[in-house]
Amino acid sequence: MKTDDLSSIILTLVTFVPLAGALLLMLLPRRDRDIRIFALVISLLTFALSLHLPVYFHRAQTGFQYEINKQWVDTPNIHYHMGIDGISMWLVVLTTFLTPLCVLISWKSIHERVKEFFILLLILETALIGVFTSLDLFLFYFFWEATLIPMALLIGIFGHERKVYAAVKFFMYTMIGSVFMLAAILWLYAHTGSFDFVVIREQIASGAVPKFPAAAQWLFLGFFLAFAVKVPLFPFHTWLPDAHVEAPTAGSVLLAGVLLKMGTYGMLRFNLGLFPEQARQNAWWVMILALIGIIYGALVAMVQPNMKKLIAYSSVSHLGFVVLGIFSFTQAGLNGAMFVMLAHGVSTGGLFMLAGILHERRHTYEISEFGGLASSIPVYAATYLVIVLASAGLPLLNGFIGEFLVLSGAFQDKPVYGVLGATGIIWSAVYLLWMYQRVFYGKVTHPVNNSLSDLSGFEKMAVWPCAAAALVMGVAPILWLGAIDPAVHAALNPIAQVMSKVVGQ
Amino acid sequence: MMVTFAPAYSQALPLSADYVRILPEIVLSVFGMIVMVLEPLIDEEQNQKVLGLIALLGTLAALGATWFMAQSPGLAFWNMVQVDGFSVFFHVLIIAIAAVVILSSYEYMAVQRIRAGEYYALILFGAVGMALMSSAIELVLIFIALEISSISSYVLAGFRRREASSAEASLKYFLLGSFATAFFLYGVALMFGATGSTNITQIRLSLVSAPMPLLAYVAVAFMFVGLGFKVAAAPFHVWTPDVYEGAPAPVVGFMSTAPKAAAFAVLLRVIFVIDVPGMHWVIWLAAALSMTLGNLGALVQNNVKRLLAYSSIAHAGYVLAAFATASAPPLGTSAAMFYTAAYAAMNLGAFAVVSHFANAGERYVTLEDYEGLGRSCPLLAATLTVFLLSLIGIPMTGGFFAKFYVFSAAVKANLIWLTIIGVLNSGIGAYYYLRIIVMMYMRESRKEVPVTRVPFALSVAIAVCIAATLYLGMFPDWVLWYTQGSAPYAVPMIFR
Repeated sequence: MKTDDLSSIILTLVTFVPLAGALLLMLLPRRDRDIRIFALVISLLTFALSLHLPVYFHRAQTGFQYEINKQWVDTPNIHYHMGIDGISMWLVVLTTFLTPLCVLISWKSIHERVKEFFILLLILETALIGVFTSLDLFLFYFFWEATLIPMALLIGIFGHERKVYAAVKFFMYTMIGSVFMLAAILWLYAHTGSFDFVVIREQIASGAVPKFPAAAQWLFLGFFLAFAVKVPLFPFHTWLPDAHVEAPTAGSVLLAGVLLKMGTYGMLRFNLGLFPEQARQNAWWVMILALIGIIYGALVAMVQPNMKKLIAYSSVSHLGFVVLGIFSFTQAGLNGAMFVMLAHGVSTGGLFMLAGILHERRHTYEISEFGGLASSIPVYAATYLVIVLASAGLPLLNGFIGEFLVLSGAFQDKPVYGVLGATGIIWSAVYLLWMYQRVFYGKVTHPVNNSLSDLSGFEKMAVWPCAAAALVMGVAPILWLGAIDPAVHAALNPIAQVMSKVVGQ
Repeated sequence: MMVTFAPAYSQALPLSADYVRILPEIVLSVFGMIVMVLEPLIDEEQNQKVLGLIALLGTLAALGATWFMAQSPGLAFWNMVQVDGFSVFFHVLIIAIAAVVILSSYEYMAVQRIRAGEYYALILFGAVGMALMSSAIELVLIFIALEISSISSYVLAGFRRREASSAEASLKYFLLGSFATAFFLYGVALMFGATGSTNITQIRLSLVSAPMPLLAYVAVAFMFVGLGFKVAAAPFHVWTPDVYEGAPAPVVGFMSTAPKAAAFAVLLRVIFVIDVPGMHWVIWLAAALSMTLGNLGALVQNNVKRLLAYSSIAHAGYVLAAFATASAPPLGTSAAMFYTAAYAAMNLGAFAVVSHFANAGERYVTLEDYEGLGRSCPLLAATLTVFLLSLIGIPMTGGFFAKFYVFSAAVKANLIWLTIIGVLNSGIGAYYYLRIIVMMYMRESRKEVPVTRVPFALSVAIAVCIAATLYLGMFPDWVLWYTQGSAPYAVPMIFR
């Protein structure tokens, strides 16, 4: 097949291969081993397909690529419109990269209802990819809501003690947040006659939408609330620690690695893309909330006795960086925000897997239960160190690049934001390294820790790719930023126009 | 469509085409009578199966008759009946609902030890009334059709006659229901007093030609009370939980979908043709109240049937939200039509599962009984999950598109506040449906709940509902095209 032919269907393939796999999985007999292998094959196939995207991506070209646009429903005017730019492409690849690792990390740890687990995981993958590839607002909302059910079920069925509470809390928070987005989407449709992101963006930009100035602030807030709950931005973050602590490892990995990015991606794509003026006006309080999130998340992470909760709060802090970068409206800030999204997905995904591995051996996440593990399980400890350092933002690892860019962007916008944000890096080094020290150094306080087994083959296959990716992303960020930079530049264009208008007055 | 009135009483006998325009009703009545006649002739053991089969054939024949009816649109019986895309849609919907209910009652009756062939006859007669409601354009005929459908529903509600709760349900439904139909009749009488006619088109003509008499306002308000009761819209909803709890589960599936669809058909036609100014505020209020009271009430329910009763109140509110506008909106009408269809599919399916699971004497209907169902009976739990997700309004299900169209119509009509109340409500509503899913999948069962094999007829019924729910959720195009094409017929062209 020629690449041109493939280009138009590649997004459909990448999105729906996992779903097709899930459907086939339903038909397979309940032999756990076969099911695991099948799920792994499907997720690896999806990853391989998704690699087509960056390989044939035209980096210099702005606008959407690999587009497919077909009428789905006549009236209302819903299109099956998919396409990606440098922003969404890497998030798709991040999703397809993490899913096989999730399958591997669940290989041994999920031994009941194996079939259901992998079916839900694959359905979730389809929904997540769909969120990033949709260019039709209806389609976007469709996938957005579709992520809820598999995730809630993964938490609620395969989670730990308070799983039901966490699952319901997760579901209700995000559901109620997103209905406001639905109302805003419906308003846009009623006044533009289209769900198409590109069409609506043009209509708004040219001022052709009736009654828009009066409604714009509310529309902005409608979208923003849905995304802020998902990110989660302070003060909507309370569902996150519960969901993370109770979720199974694979659930946590996808939750932190990809689901949270749906929120920041949404802000970048829709809040900035559709409502540049309102984004500019509201930026001051959004950035303050982001800063509170960075510092508050870090401080709360520091005092957590529970390793998984610590990682969860560190996510609040890291995602604060992303929001700070997005609303700084600078090239560096947005590049950084994108990079933090990817880096956080890889490193936090890795951290959750490592925490899960420890939990399988000791059935606890309490940091005080460990100590001196570096001597008993050295390979594990070394891997952990790489990923912790990546997460803490050590230069040459991936966390550093993104946070540096975000801070430089924030500094350009308002120096005080940069300074306050920079303290977040210090805090993150504090809580992560302190945690590392308590878990791995010192004397072995619990004899049982002496006899722990080190990383198994499957676990190495699951965790090492994360560590490797953290290193490659830290050394050669240009591989990623090359595609991100023009897309971000295009995203900033309307904002720049708004600003020049303001200055002109 | 131009309304051309045949001069009144120009012919002594109805034309033969007139009979084609009520052919589905005739077919259903004939089969209903066959069931009644055969019932004493067949011995008790065979009774159920044979009569059920005849009734099922009757509904299928009526669906075929609807096709014939659809070929000859127009007025019949001296402008009392109007056949158009709008009434054909509701005919198909109501008769299909009856067919699915018959399928899902097939084994239920045996399990509950109810032996009565007239059960099937009553469903058929009820369907006659409801189908007629959707094509009648004359208030007295509408009232008669309403009574036919209501009286069968009253009896059906009390079919578990050994149970006190069922008798209570029947009596409550009967008393409150007759009160409500009396309101409707009173409204009809007042409207006749105000305009001198009972034909809705002529009522409109005489209302626009003169200043609106006060009596007309009162009349429409009274009629709304009667119909509001039938669709279980707040504040006329208080009967719903008790009746749904006591009535046999398949009957509840029937009552919560078919009469509602018929009553919505009447509402859409009558309210907008007569078009009394200010009426939309009444609908607005009823919509907001139904959504809110229904969802809040459902939050604290522990009995699945009561929970679904409150949910049906909330769903009536969503439908009302589609057309709470001043002038007849084709968009709102088609959204309401789509919603009734999608709601019928998912709610019938949910009640089919509930009725099977309830077992003899409907003993297992509390939320605790559903604990661990996902493990003990994965297929049944999975189907119920699909229906519940559709009721929440999750993508890929009919409920999602239905809600989407309704809110989209409301936004288009500038009902921003109603839309916000609606979307908030659908957020709240997610919680109680989710509770059932949580019970099924995330809890271990604490007590012994027998799960019997799903009988063939019921599995067909559930399969039909699943297929319809998913079809409407993934390929809504065709049904939507039809509703959009036929929605304008609800109100004649000259009035739009």
